[in-house]
Amino acid sequence: MAAPTMDRPTSDASAPVQTLTIAKAINNGLRAAMEADPKVLVMGEDVGKLGGVFRITDGLQKDFGEQRVLDTPLSESGIIGTAVGLAIRGYRPVCEIQFEGFIFPGFDQIVSQVAKLHYRTQGRLKLPMVIRVPFGGGIGAVEHHSDSPESYFAHTAGLKVVSCSNPADAYWMIQQAIDSDDPVLFFEPKRRYYEKGEVDTTAAPLPLHSSRVLRTGTDATLVAYGPMVRVSLDAAAAAAEEGRSLEVVDLRTLSPLDLAPVYDSVRRTGRLVVVSEAPGEASIAGEIAAKVQQECFYSLEAPVLRVTGFDTPYPPSKLEEEFLPDLDRVLHAVDRSLAW
Amino acid sequence: MSSPEKWTQPGPDSPPATAAAPTAEQVIAGLRATDEGGADLVQLLTPEGERVTHPDFDIDITADELRGLYRDMVLVRRADREANALQRKGELGLWVPLLGQEAAQIGAGRAMKPMDMAFPSYREHGVAWCRGIQPHEILGMFRGTDAGSWDPVERRFHPYTIVIGNQVLNAAGYAMGQKFDGKVGDDADSEATICFFGDGATSQGDVHEGFVWAAVYDAPLVFFCQNNQWAISEPTERQSRLPLYQRARGYGFPGIRVDGNDVLATLAVSRWALEECRQGNGPILIEAFTYRMDAHTTSDDPSRYRLSDELELWKLKDPIERVKVHLVKQQWADQAFFDSVEADAEELAITMREHCVNLQTPPAERMFSNVYAEDHPVLDAQRDEFLAYHAGFAGGEH
Repeated sequence: MAAPTMDRPTSDASAPVQTLTIAKAINNGLRAAMEADPKVLVMGEDVGKLGGVFRITDGLQKDFGEQRVLDTPLSESGIIGTAVGLAIRGYRPVCEIQFEGFIFPGFDQIVSQVAKLHYRTQGRLKLPMVIRVPFGGGIGAVEHHSDSPESYFAHTAGLKVVSCSNPADAYWMIQQAIDSDDPVLFFEPKRRYYEKGEVDTTAAPLPLHSSRVLRTGTDATLVAYGPMVRVSLDAAAAAAEEGRSLEVVDLRTLSPLDLAPVYDSVRRTGRLVVVSEAPGEASIAGEIAAKVQQECFYSLEAPVLRVTGFDTPYPPSKLEEEFLPDLDRVLHAVDRSLAW
Repeated sequence: MSSPEKWTQPGPDSPPATAAAPTAEQVIAGLRATDEGGADLVQLLTPEGERVTHPDFDIDITADELRGLYRDMVLVRRADREANALQRKGELGLWVPLLGQEAAQIGAGRAMKPMDMAFPSYREHGVAWCRGIQPHEILGMFRGTDAGSWDPVERRFHPYTIVIGNQVLNAAGYAMGQKFDGKVGDDADSEATICFFGDGATSQGDVHEGFVWAAVYDAPLVFFCQNNQWAISEPTERQSRLPLYQRARGYGFPGIRVDGNDVLATLAVSRWALEECRQGNGPILIEAFTYRMDAHTTSDDPSRYRLSDELELWKLKDPIERVKVHLVKQQWADQAFFDSVEADAEELAITMREHCVNLQTPPAERMFSNVYAEDHPVLDAQRDEFLAYHAGFAGGEH
């Protein structure tokens, strides 16, 4: 896959390398996309004057107007369903779903229309729309504010699904998703929104649908995406202190999966632990395990292990630290793998 | 302050409360009570073929235009009957008959201007006809060779939508786009959108949300509800206490009930509504009061839930017959005209039949095409593996 050219200017007049939070990086990415293409619209609940409940769209309505940044009715099926009509009309809508737990009123439109219209019309209609979804737990929230529903969407033909884990990816991936002629579900790790990192707005980004090795290692491989990338990096750092060398791959793209770097890594390390906070049954983590055993069967020194959320509803927040994979659970799995 | 009774007691105009499980007799009684559509029904041509006037809606129609509308309705009915027969012969997996709804669909379809956009459900074969889509172009999805063959951008006619009510929101978004594009107003290039759905769809959340969105964004959208009295086996009173057109008021836009078996009234009201929308006065709801004279689909058996008396009653209000009577009374058409329309209808049916049986099963790899607009290496690999598997059989077939 050829790397898309991303020659958009940054709207920020300051230095090309900035230290930004993920939240601000997405905001800057949205701004750059809106400046580059007048057909890009931002729409969602409270995204205008308020700037979104997480402030991801802060200032955009002020600068681009109410016709390009739409404070919509409180209606998720409406957000997705009208975005379909706008996309057919030639717009590139970027929908915000306020929290992942509220996406399900729009699930019918996503699965029945967004995912299928290109196929149903034999390619005549394109649906260049992005659905931004803050997802995952760890913020002490009430029910329906901490879930990880990405597997539903990765399971649906016609959709593309990505998740960023750091500010630089957030900045570029949102622009690449908006550039895509396919509908993209863009999962944002809400508990990492305010983590900072360097963003080089002049560096050529990786293609959107590619995973990346973030840390090299030789003893075992960790694969994660979104909020669990930080947990995996921390686990690798802790393991290093005990003399264990862990490789960490940030998946970045959930549909299509880009597992070539994972296969390459597992062929070297012989061991794989998949980390995801979504429930493990019938999940992306399970898909990775299946594919790796198929592609790397003779390289594996141990079964592929998964460290995931449990197959329960997301628990009350006082229990969420028990539910979410953390450094200790990841290292425990690494120990089991190494002891096999 | 009003007395509580005002809010708790039915007013003189309120429809009767509905029983949990009406008997067949009750269903018929209910329909007979409302079969004229009530005092608000807009009608310009009676079932007996008499032109009548309406204080708010009228239409200047020439003999030529009325003959054209008659021809449209006869041809789409003939095509509909042919498709039904093709299903019975095993050439189609399913057919969705429009029988009885020809006036509603031709009236609305002929009210559209070329740049207007239509979002159908799956029964709008008459509207498709008005958008220049030949009946045989619709057959692929019912024969199983494609999922809709026409170009929705070129024809300004969205693909059929099977999930009930989804298209209403898609239409609202499209109409918002027309407004954002500056295509609403006095200019000659102004546009509107018309969206088709049924009485059953009015219970869907997407239809409610479509009403809300179109209203708050002042979208140039005509909601065209064909109330054909039945959502498969469920009568309209299972969907609503209130006549459907009256719902519009709660959303803040006009709702009009038109005799959906009267092509002149439907044309007049639809033309008005589309023009209002083009001018920026949308949205508008039209309830076309009509009747599904055949089954929901060829898989349905209406004898399980409605009595044939009801069909006989509605046959007296046939949308085509009243136009024929009027044409004859006005001496706007002679036998030669009616014969020529019949001949055209037969020719259309023959063409349709030939196209149908010649629709080719697509190559198996077609199922992998156009899932995505851009690359998807995982799916590409799956396709290649499938093709290699296929090629492994003698002659590449199995």
